Amino acid sequence: MSENVVTLTDATFDEVINGATGPVVVDFWADWCGPCKQIAPILDEIADEKEDVTIAKLDVDANSASSLRFQVRSIPTLIVFRDGEVDKRVQGAMPKDRLVAELGI
Amino acid sequence: MTEEFDVAIVGSGPAGLTAAIYTARAALNPLVLEGEPSSTSDQPGGQLMMTTDVENYPGFPDGILGPELMANFRAQAVRFGAQIETVKVTKVDFSARPFKLWVGAETDGDPTYLANTVIVSTGAKALMLGLENEERLVGHGVSTCATCDGFFFRDQDIAVVGGGDSALEEAGFLTRFAKSVTIIVRRDELRASKIMQERARNNDKITFLWNTEVAEILGDEALTGVNVKNNVTGETSQLDITGLFVAIGHVPNTQLFEGQLAMKDNGYLITQSPSSRTSVEGVFACGDVQDDIYRQAITASGSGCTAAIDAERWLEAHHDGNSEH
Repeated sequence: MSENVVTLTDATFDEVINGATGPVVVDFWADWCGPCKQIAPILDEIADEKEDVTIAKLDVDANSASSLRFQVRSIPTLIVFRDGEVDKRVQGAMPKDRLVAELGI
Repeated sequence: MTEEFDVAIVGSGPAGLTAAIYTARAALNPLVLEGEPSSTSDQPGGQLMMTTDVENYPGFPDGILGPELMANFRAQAVRFGAQIETVKVTKVDFSARPFKLWVGAETDGDPTYLANTVIVSTGAKALMLGLENEERLVGHGVSTCATCDGFFFRDQDIAVVGGGDSALEEAGFLTRFAKSVTIIVRRDELRASKIMQERARNNDKITFLWNTEVAEILGDEALTGVNVKNNVTGETSQLDITGLFVAIGHVPNTQLFEGQLAMKDNGYLITQSPSSRTSVEGVFACGDVQDDIYRQAITASGSGCTAAIDAERWLEAHHDGNSEH
């Protein structure tokens, strides 16, 4: 994992989302999800390339409250937060260029 | 100038990566076009990326996770020098050698790669029901990946559609989380293997709905249920479920080769058994893309080895390869 990727938990979720100046992309993922593994290196790249964007990962296995709160029922789900509000929501693995376009970052 | 390879392998499941390991060890410097990330089984690593425990792949007495097995395959291919590109082939031209392959949306210009032999291992992907609302509710109750989404259906009532091994495997996996799993089966018997049938029948959380088809998928924001129809009595009823997992079979990924490689009526590629030769000399096929019978990781892997050896011998016989052999 890139050192530019932030690890989120239920406890730190709001703090990170509200504390960021730019958009925050939260990757709801789990260890047992094949498609999540496919997009992990893509998110690492984005984290290294885009300084204005915060890439954060939340392990749904260990943080069920946040998954429930945002009604995540399929992973990977990526939610883009701007100014603490949900801006976009993208489901499923896809190639990098399409992912960046759909996330609007 | 377009880069030219002795061997290009299209697809990266057990078949493609085994072919990559063999051709790489034979110093043929294979190019593997592994596909693009997606949440269907048409993705790098293939169908095993959507599974959990693989219990019948020899060499792993305690089983191994599907994605982990495929990561091992890939690492082994890379170790011997296979060049792996995470791109999807969008067009091929097998009418003349070297064969031409394009990736990306732009397919009018020069090909992206040239190859003296091509090994096709694009596999197969899961079929959907094709019902209204189905696509819209994917991720909101309708799922194409039990291992990805099962977790979110803790203590809920859900259903699996299908009567084969993959349907029963998914159902068994889902009982770890769900309150109940109803298996909707079109006929009055199962296609699945004896061991899978036995496991399912002995699982208290699983019930079967026989001779039944899904007629309608219900739900606005999220799935709330399905209308099912008994195809013997014609009776319809509503099943209140929050999750629907579809496992009704597979379709080969052969659209790319239409009009270029001979196929059966069901779209699977025709190979000249016991070899992996297709209808075009120098193009070989292995794995599920040419197998509508066995469809196992180990048979795919075995046929990948066959294709690698066929390609190697073909290059030797033709001496028109790039590199010294």
